[in-house]
Amino acid sequence: MRFGVVVFPGTWSDCDFHYVVSEVIRQPVKYVWHRERNLDDLDCVILPGGFSYGDYLRAGAVAGRSPVVEALPEFLARGGLVLGSCNGFQILCEAGLLPGVLMRNECLQYRCQSTHLIVDNVDTPFTRALRPGQVLQMPISHGEGKYHVDAETLRTMRQRNQIVFRYATAEGQVTKAANPNGSLDNIAGIVNEEGTVLGLMPHPERAAESAMGGTDGLLLFHSLLGSLVEDGTFSKR
Amino acid sequence: MTHAVEPKVTLDLARGLGLTADEYDRIIARLGREPSYTELGLFSALWSEHCAYKHSKVFLRKLPQAGRRVLQGPGENAGALDIGDGWAVVFKIESHNHPSFIEPFQGAATGVGGILRDIFTMGARPIALLDSLRFGDPADPRMRRLIDGVVSGISWYGNCFGCPTVGGEIAFAPEYAGNPLVNVMCVGLVRADRIFRARAEGVGNPVFYVGNKTGRDGIHGATMASATFDEHAEERRPTVQVGDPFTEKLLLEACLEAMAAGVVVGIQDMGAAGLACCTSEMPARSGTGMAVELSQVPQREAGMTPYELLLSESQERMLIVAARGREAELQRIFAKWELDAVGIGEVIKGGELVVRHRGEEVAHVPIEALAEAPVYEKPFAAPAWLSERQSFDPLSLPEAADHGEALEQLLASPTIASKQWAFRQYDQQVGINTLVLPGSDAAVLRVKGTRRAIAVSTDGNGRHVFLDPRRGAAMAVCEAARNVSCAGAQPLGVTDCMNFGSPERPDILWQFAEAIEGIAAACRALELPVVGGNVSLYNETSGAAILPTPIIGVVGLLDDAGLLATQWFKGADERVALLGPEAVSLGGSEYLWTRHARLAGALAPLDLETERRVQAAVRAAIGAGLVTAAHDCAEGGLAVALAEACVTGHEPVGCEVTVPEGARRDLTLFGEGPSRVVVSVAGSRQREFEALMAESAIPWRWLGVTGGTGLRLRVGSATIVDLGLDRVEHAWRNGFERHMA
Repeated sequence: MRFGVVVFPGTWSDCDFHYVVSEVIRQPVKYVWHRERNLDDLDCVILPGGFSYGDYLRAGAVAGRSPVVEALPEFLARGGLVLGSCNGFQILCEAGLLPGVLMRNECLQYRCQSTHLIVDNVDTPFTRALRPGQVLQMPISHGEGKYHVDAETLRTMRQRNQIVFRYATAEGQVTKAANPNGSLDNIAGIVNEEGTVLGLMPHPERAAESAMGGTDGLLLFHSLLGSLVEDGTFSKR
Repeated sequence: MTHAVEPKVTLDLARGLGLTADEYDRIIARLGREPSYTELGLFSALWSEHCAYKHSKVFLRKLPQAGRRVLQGPGENAGALDIGDGWAVVFKIESHNHPSFIEPFQGAATGVGGILRDIFTMGARPIALLDSLRFGDPADPRMRRLIDGVVSGISWYGNCFGCPTVGGEIAFAPEYAGNPLVNVMCVGLVRADRIFRARAEGVGNPVFYVGNKTGRDGIHGATMASATFDEHAEERRPTVQVGDPFTEKLLLEACLEAMAAGVVVGIQDMGAAGLACCTSEMPARSGTGMAVELSQVPQREAGMTPYELLLSESQERMLIVAARGREAELQRIFAKWELDAVGIGEVIKGGELVVRHRGEEVAHVPIEALAEAPVYEKPFAAPAWLSERQSFDPLSLPEAADHGEALEQLLASPTIASKQWAFRQYDQQVGINTLVLPGSDAAVLRVKGTRRAIAVSTDGNGRHVFLDPRRGAAMAVCEAARNVSCAGAQPLGVTDCMNFGSPERPDILWQFAEAIEGIAAACRALELPVVGGNVSLYNETSGAAILPTPIIGVVGLLDDAGLLATQWFKGADERVALLGPEAVSLGGSEYLWTRHARLAGALAPLDLETERRVQAAVRAAIGAGLVTAAHDCAEGGLAVALAEACVTGHEPVGCEVTVPEGARRDLTLFGEGPSRVVVSVAGSRQREFEALMAESAIPWRWLGVTGGTGLRLRVGSATIVDLGLDRVEHAWRNGFERHMA
């Protein structure tokens, strides 16, 4: 499976994703410069964490209008998959590829900590190796991760099973105390209607080796690999 | 067009810029004429204490700097040590105390920015930051705002740039209320044969200005950092620079790319005294000269004078001496990262610095003269009050009636309590190297592509140094090294940040001189070269100096990252031992301060040979896989070390321990002393551990076992502390945070 890791000015999880793809799951991977529009030789594009353009406007606002992001709809139409983590999630929302926005954390401070996520949707190429209700542990590291969307859209998202991960306790209880940033409904990760774009605030690449304290993040990559069927297209289940 | 009317150069003007009458005369004698206004600015910056180490140089020479792993010692942007497999670790600590007091957020942020640049100018990618912070009482709302500003500034800059903050310490004492300390250490990795230096080699090579544009911010920051504060300190806010971590990140990537492409000959960060410093220090190191045209400097404000352009401390800028003929390549790389790279001059023959502005010569001085700041050997003497302070006997105070309550109080003291409030605001993992996160004795980072890992720690106890500068400073070296040993790593080298009051006062200079002797002795005993560091003097407000605070950063190496240790107990039914001597003291202890608000008494003895052997024994036990946890006994003594081992891990683990009889119980429990480490050993490895300790020839004893739902400390058959783990944890977790919530 061929991965592309996008690099914007100010991206910093690019090397980490690159390392996990090449050294842990041992798949072909290359960096994709933000001015690139040609994504033909890729199966999955990763938008990593960081502060693209310093996030001096709104987080992800400038990157959301960059050439590489403009090329994503066509890439998706061709059957590609897009995973955005942290700043990548913010960029996908800014670009309109995912619904909603990510606002300043309710505590008004940056948060770097371990979180537990309950899995609500296993019918996506990113989560097919998981069980419904499974609890994963992954770290977060952000200042603007409070997910918000209007009530109408939220209803639709629920109907369409677009909510994939929610912050929870280690036992899987979705509580206020388990919500690190004040996200609506404890939302940590969502997919688009088609299930081909995943955005999440936590960092799966930081939970992909036991030396780093856990391997739950690896399950996302394993799901992706398991989703690739022999003719080079993705199975959604 | 001529520039704005410049002030006439006089002695008064020179004094206003921080030079003394003697120094002014020296400049005239050296040049054989009156300096121009711009030249005077150059001298005032380069002869400032901050740049020239005028008062400290004679002492700093005493620090051991050599060692078989040293690839770069003091005198460059940072020091470098060989860690094997073709890799080198580059590291340095630096202070940003003065700016952080005036403007906490930007002061601290640009402190992070400055030290990051020192590391990546050497060609290294920064992989870790550690912050050593000192404040006054966090219960004071003014102090709370300051702490919040400093922590947010560090968080903002480090997180946006993308370098994890993995360690450091925060301590509190009233002496820092008027002058907080913000020391930042950075560690980077580079291939050992690809280290870059701040030299201007090769006559005819072009000189490039890269990075941010120059504005009027931070003019005379170096001079400000060489003076004490009074009640008007806040009026100096314009001398604090403004940071832009995004541009710094671009600068990092562009510089590393240009270095890898082979177009960089030499490079220096425009830090203190900006362009003035770079254009004189780089050729000074290589025996060349430099000619620059200031009108070429990218500017973000109109009408800047040559004086302002040379002395601006605008952030995120570098001076690069490029390989002649490769200019276009250099410019292409910086353009890719959307940064300016402008040729402003060239390396010339002879040792002169020639500065022009729109073709007109505004400064022409021998570079040697700028580098030849006077070196002062000022008188120093022990303060008269010291012996009385030292002779105070803490045991003349009444013993605590309830030792459990005293322990809770200590755990809740802001200096000892959890600093999670600060650390959770810092990215601790970006780069996916951090094997041990903040919260253990040392942070541990893997070196990808090898089996190795490095361990890093900072330490420095101002109270100890205040009461006994020589022993206290030696103890700081020992403790930082011990922290690294407790992670299982061999300490390799030291960087030091010397935070003191005004060196013009004999008692302060004596503290400084003694502290250097102590550091030198400890470094020799532990075979640790000092490869770089920083001196921050004049840490005083309205005549009140800070506690003398040398902060010691130690970097160590684990040959096998799989054999690291952490400080917390892992489970029940393990044996607990104390390695090291019995001798402790309540003099200068956290207990004496927290309980009795006293800073007095004598420190426990320090035997450097015992220290060396204890650390070697700890490393050997960890390396043999015999030890499941190792934790240094520091502030709060044995009882606090045990409590921390119980509750700082993922799951609390109780313990039952019998402490030695004989001394007064508060001394045994809370007394502080060097060379002491608490370890836990799996029951099945007990014999092997005993054999190893016998071989190590160090004092040690079994204390008890892990397990149970509380922390139980006994003397003989009497239980003197019996606290539930929930209480222990509550005290420790909330002690600091309750002030900040």
